Amino acid sequence: MEFVSPEGLRLDGRRPTEMRQLRAEIGVVSKADGSAMFEMGNTKVIAAVYGPREVQNKGQQINNDRALVRCEYSMANFSTGDRVRKPKGDRRSIEISLVIRQTMEACIMTHLMPRSQIDIFVQVLQADGGTRSACINAATLAVADAGIPMCDLVTSCSAGYLNSTPLLDLNYIEDSAGGADVTVGILPTLDKVTLLQMDAKLPTNIFEDVMQLATEGCKAIANYIREVNPVILIAVYIWPSLKIF
Amino acid sequence: MRNLQLSLNQTQKIRLQSALEKLESLSSKSNANSVVTVADSILIYEEGILKGHGTLDRKGELVATVCGVVERINKLIYVRSLRSRYKPETGDIVIGRVMEVAQKRWKLELNFTQDATLMLSSMNLPDGIQRRQTAVDELNMRSIFTENDLVCAEVRSSHNDGSLQLQARNQKYGKLEKGQLLTVNPYLVKRRKLHFHHLEQYGINLIIGCNGFIWVGEHVEVTDKMAVDQANDSEQQIGKCDQNSMDIDGPDGTFTPLKTRQNICRIANAVRVLSALGFSITMEVIMETVNFSKTMNLDIHEMLGSEFYVLVAESEAERRSATKRKR
Repeated sequence: MEFVSPEGLRLDGRRPTEMRQLRAEIGVVSKADGSAMFEMGNTKVIAAVYGPREVQNKGQQINNDRALVRCEYSMANFSTGDRVRKPKGDRRSIEISLVIRQTMEACIMTHLMPRSQIDIFVQVLQADGGTRSACINAATLAVADAGIPMCDLVTSCSAGYLNSTPLLDLNYIEDSAGGADVTVGILPTLDKVTLLQMDAKLPTNIFEDVMQLATEGCKAIANYIREVNPVILIAVYIWPSLKIF
Repeated sequence: MRNLQLSLNQTQKIRLQSALEKLESLSSKSNANSVVTVADSILIYEEGILKGHGTLDRKGELVATVCGVVERINKLIYVRSLRSRYKPETGDIVIGRVMEVAQKRWKLELNFTQDATLMLSSMNLPDGIQRRQTAVDELNMRSIFTENDLVCAEVRSSHNDGSLQLQARNQKYGKLEKGQLLTVNPYLVKRRKLHFHHLEQYGINLIIGCNGFIWVGEHVEVTDKMAVDQANDSEQQIGKCDQNSMDIDGPDGTFTPLKTRQNICRIANAVRVLSALGFSITMEVIMETVNFSKTMNLDIHEMLGSEFYVLVAESEAERRSATKRKR
């Protein structure tokens, strides 16, 4: 199948190094301490953060002087083309939960909140490839919204390699084509990689190109969160800071 | 502002917008450039600064770790984040919900990073006699507070590991009954001299907890309870079992009159409107809103309609610009 046309356009009309349209919103779950919605094209993810709060299951607490970060990933029944029977609890969800938890734990300053627990719930509302990265982006925004100290805003983006072309931000059709899919998560201001996953194999020199592309995608997302749309984080703050007297 | 989900019509939208813009222009200092997001660097104007909460030193550069407003006090620089949980200070008056009755202590949930502890030894017993707590008292702890009870207490100390100790060494602290609890963002409550208010004209107790929990309830005479306890001790023993029942009749058979209940609802709705609009919550502002709703001849349920939100925002903008002109 041809994923990149001779004119250099992908199936959905994007260029190989073009990202899908981004959209983010915070404060979507009123009862949560922090919440966010993140869209990458047709992929739509919602995240809610509860905590830091009292540890609910004391047995899980390994380190007493750090906060415990928990994460639960689930897919809504209606998120994919054919209805998902069991939206959570399968191997894939458990794996992605673990990935998100590890990525978030790396940037949350857990030592500032001893003996407490932070719960992150992410749910995929619409799946069109790249749910893993969309979940991480939504979780970051939600944690920032909850006022939990972080060393940086992690951002994540995926890239693939099809028809001997590195492609940024794969959608569902490209994702299921069987080519390599590299998901990268970075701390943009520190320039550090916190997540790197790849399914299928790639030669080293090509892998480097693909990873470079994914990293640039992450930076573009960070840029979007920070510069293009600073309002989503700041708007909340300007207004209530007015003093009454 | 974020909790505001109203269906406004076009004129109301414009009116609210203009009122908010007016308020924004009136704020004393423009803090647009002192607002930071995570990992933004903070400008340092002088040498030898002290880095406070919400900041991180990264290779000589000061970086914010939370979103919020940069505050500078002499050499101390910290980031005040607004959307975060309650940060306790010793002496704060807080309202909490009992989560657990443990050995000699109650665990209270008060929107803090962990549950606070209220020791049996750091509270006055309901009989009002100063004495050592015995094993019998320990067994009767559930007769004082049980799970899901609302308790008003004072912050005694907070420890390095984040744990929080409470005390209730006064008759005004204790269990809260016959009223409504409202939760608002903790930053909306400023620390003041008075957090207990007795609104005599309504017969209502208003407790503004520093943790953002606000109690609106029927006024109860604190000294009365002690006297009653001593007088009919035997009766109390019999009536103890239904003390926790959720009847509208109180444990002593008293009944909250309809008028009082309506007043509770009116005040509670005023708090809801103010917190949704993001105004600081003080007794004066709450009462002003209550009186405003009365002069408008609004029913209690109409206070949560979008028109009243707009009116409150407009009158607040008007009031602030008036006080500004006076100065």
